[in-house]
Amino acid sequence: MAQLTMVQAINQALGQEMARDDRVVLLGEDVGKDGGVFRVSEGLLERFGAERVIDTPLAESAIVGATIGMAAYGLRPVAEIQFMGFIYAAIDQIYSHAARLRTRSRGRFTCPLVVRTPYGGGIKAPELHEESSEAIFCHIPGIKVVVPSGPYTAKGLLLAAIRDPDPVIFLEPTRLYRMLREEVPDGEYTLPLGRARVVREGSDVTVVAWGSMLERVLKAVDGYGAEVINPLTLSPFDWETLLESVRKTGRLVIVHEAVKTGGFGAEIAATVAEEGIFYLRAPVLRVTAPDVVVPMSKLMDHFLPSVDQITSALYEVMRY
Amino acid sequence: MSNETIVQFRVERLSILDENGVVDESLMPSLPDAEILRMYECMVLARTFDQRAVALQREGRLGTYPPSIGQEAAQVGSAFALQPTDWVFPSFREMGVQLTLGYPIRQLFQYWAGDERGQHSPQELNIFPISVSVGTHIPHAVGAAMAARYRRDPVAVIAYFGDGATSKGDFHEGFNMAGLFRLPVVFICQNNQWAISVPLSGQTAAQTLAQKAVAYGFEGVQVDGNDVFAVYRATRDALEKARSGGGATFIECLTYRMADHTTSDDAGRYRSAGDVAAWSARDPLLRLERFMTGRGLWNEQYQTEIRERATAEVDAGIAAMEAEPLLEAAAMFDHTCAALSPRQVWQREGL
Repeated sequence: MAQLTMVQAINQALGQEMARDDRVVLLGEDVGKDGGVFRVSEGLLERFGAERVIDTPLAESAIVGATIGMAAYGLRPVAEIQFMGFIYAAIDQIYSHAARLRTRSRGRFTCPLVVRTPYGGGIKAPELHEESSEAIFCHIPGIKVVVPSGPYTAKGLLLAAIRDPDPVIFLEPTRLYRMLREEVPDGEYTLPLGRARVVREGSDVTVVAWGSMLERVLKAVDGYGAEVINPLTLSPFDWETLLESVRKTGRLVIVHEAVKTGGFGAEIAATVAEEGIFYLRAPVLRVTAPDVVVPMSKLMDHFLPSVDQITSALYEVMRY
Repeated sequence: MSNETIVQFRVERLSILDENGVVDESLMPSLPDAEILRMYECMVLARTFDQRAVALQREGRLGTYPPSIGQEAAQVGSAFALQPTDWVFPSFREMGVQLTLGYPIRQLFQYWAGDERGQHSPQELNIFPISVSVGTHIPHAVGAAMAARYRRDPVAVIAYFGDGATSKGDFHEGFNMAGLFRLPVVFICQNNQWAISVPLSGQTAAQTLAQKAVAYGFEGVQVDGNDVFAVYRATRDALEKARSGGGATFIECLTYRMADHTTSDDAGRYRSAGDVAAWSARDPLLRLERFMTGRGLWNEQYQTEIRERATAEVDAGIAAMEAEPLLEAAAMFDHTCAALSPRQVWQREGL
């Protein structure tokens, strides 16, 4: 066990999996000599060589497209898209190909690949560097969407994602990269995809949060009997754990930093309305970013859900 | 100060078999007669398949279908140069490639009838599902070539696409990567001069498509796409180069889309019958027949036999396709992912 940052935990996961399985290769912009712009792949070029840690040209669609070809050929490639705002150039590859190659070939070809990308706001970076567009990917059957919330979950989920037989979009909350340290086991371990964790037990209200919002939620719930659920995988979602919790608490607050309309919170609220409406004793509330273009850093604090907004939502649902 | 030319490039055009069936012996690849016969028979099979497919669509037995008549030399000639272990990334108008490689006729019809089972390549072939989204499979070929080289496998990768694809971003991103990493990949463009209604002149200001490879640091060559020997030779050489570490090659096969874009299209809206008629004289089968006649390899009786055999094969494929039990509704879940989520299981049970 060591106290690691999330960057260190992901780096350790990549190194251990590359050592264990020679099918694992990394590719992306600046992942080699530079070790990635966040140093997530630091030292891996030196350890594994340029054949396995591949600095690509600046071409996101070809990075993901080549990753599909490698995966279909039998490798276990891990692509890095430098920031989530640049993944849009590769959405055709993800939507039209990675997600459906298994279906289109009736299982003859598969896509065991991971696309990692820094995700979310609060790092004072330029435009398109602080996106949280997870809902787009959750709408695509055939891929998994995974969001760790710190060093421990990042390592275990990434190892599970690389070993998964299907494509995984792995969203790394950028604000958490170096913000906190956690005890991380030295050896390999996996956290199952599609399984949520209950971070804090409570009986009065269920709060669901992922990515960097979990840290804010944990600050906001002080004094409330809140049960905090951290999905870890958004698609496929662990509905059982969520509904079980809502059945117990009768109240639900969903917190995400993406914009409200069409956000993944809507899917959660709709599912609870379909399958758990009679558990509820208060309206379901969503604490999200407003429906605006992701602002630059001067306005970012007003865009991201704050601890106060989360506390207000808790106060609101507890009135019922 | 100076103003000097620092780069010059040239694009060669390879042509071996002319419209009268005369070959340039100095360029002719050495092919035993039996191989020439097999090439011809594959071309007849491709055309027979194509004509039957259009007819079946008209009868409502297939869905929308993109005819490939007139492109048999580009397809059969290039596929002939492949090894069974090579990886093939086709576009949607390459039935002649699949047929030459031995892809089951039953499955080709199955796909065009709207059944994904047609895309399950036999295990002994590495033929990817066709790419419907134009040009987006070019990076897949690049990735497969990267993987093959990493694995030290002696295979080459080939990707097929049309002239329209050369306008797509994935063409340029993929070409750039193929050149940069000196990958064992061959790109075949069937330049049939039409992307639905847009002629080549509406697609690019470049004089040739072949020259686009030059910008990415590898060789581009134009071949007479209706000349099966030229296509075969260019592809064979490019594959050998790929396998021996010489990197990528781009082959532009200049041909013509003789039919509509698909069975849902009406090319009469945007091009004249005269244009098409001019290309009829350059028919790839006709010129091969003339050559074979000169060699004593072809006569009408042989043609009849080969056509009958192709028709019988195609008919057997149709019968097998139509005899296949339809998929149950639940089958749409079968290959969505390796393991269905509880929600997917519930949805499947609710069908």
